Amino acid sequence: MISALFFYLFAAVLIGSAFMVITVRNPVHAVLFLILAFFNAAGLFVLLSAEFLAMILVVVYVGAVMVLFLFVVMMLDVDFAELKAGFLRYLPVGVAVGAIMALELIFVVTAWITAPETIATVPAQAEDVTNTLALGRILYTDYVYLFEAASLILLVAMIGAIVLTLHHKEGVRRQKPADQVARDPKKAIEVVKVQSGRGLS
Amino acid sequence: MNELLLEYLPLVIFIGIAFAISAVLLIVPFFIAPQHPDPEKVSAYECGFDAFDDARMKFDVRFYLVSLLFIIFDLEVAFLFPWAVAFDDVGAFGFWAMMVFLGILTIGFIYEWRKGALEWD
Repeated sequence: MISALFFYLFAAVLIGSAFMVITVRNPVHAVLFLILAFFNAAGLFVLLSAEFLAMILVVVYVGAVMVLFLFVVMMLDVDFAELKAGFLRYLPVGVAVGAIMALELIFVVTAWITAPETIATVPAQAEDVTNTLALGRILYTDYVYLFEAASLILLVAMIGAIVLTLHHKEGVRRQKPADQVARDPKKAIEVVKVQSGRGLS
Repeated sequence: MNELLLEYLPLVIFIGIAFAISAVLLIVPFFIAPQHPDPEKVSAYECGFDAFDDARMKFDVRFYLVSLLFIIFDLEVAFLFPWAVAFDDVGAFGFWAMMVFLGILTIGFIYEWRKGALEWD
């Protein structure tokens, strides 16, 4: 009963904020609404007992991906007139993608109504196995190839980001800790006996 | 009512209290704080002279690089959690699967270190 109440709360806020993401004018506000949407999706995961996914959604998506999105939005020159100018040009593509998604959703709902058994339901969870443990048992054994493929994708993302965006300024003198540590007093200073009245030549 | 969901009850209470306090802190100033706006007082102030230009300026692309590298290592850590929990069950195979995973990402780490991507400038 209470969980149903929370389900409707999370679902309503999720749909509402997802709608705001595509309608607000300011891209930074859109990103903030996307964060709200992710939080509510995490709440829905908790209601499904998928605790690990819920926490990962908060940590990875809210904590890291949205920060990246904010930087990307701020890196773009946010010019509202220019944003509007592309609207008609990209309209056909947007309509096509939207129509395909809507059609797929209609198919899913139709299948759900006419033949509920075709839709995979959430399997009942064993009493003594937590969500994280259940995931860990299969992720590193049954799905090991996909797991290693994930690391390769991350490697490609890392190298790609460095190749595309890294550029060092010329002539910057960097701190070299190794040189600093290796420096010793004998080389750094010289003790000179100065005869009185003569000075240093 | 599911037992697991009951464990989240304190969290719901905390979030509720946080919402209530922040809502009060937002709303109360509208009623009790003195507000006498005049055009000079509410105009943009930039050290005495008129504002040069828009507050929305481009960020350096290096922020993007830093946050992307952060995401990658964040994901790497996320993969470690179920592995640590299921460590007894996955056995030697699971252990070496994770070592290969970490090894591949370490190649990327060495690459970014040698390239100087971790240095600000």
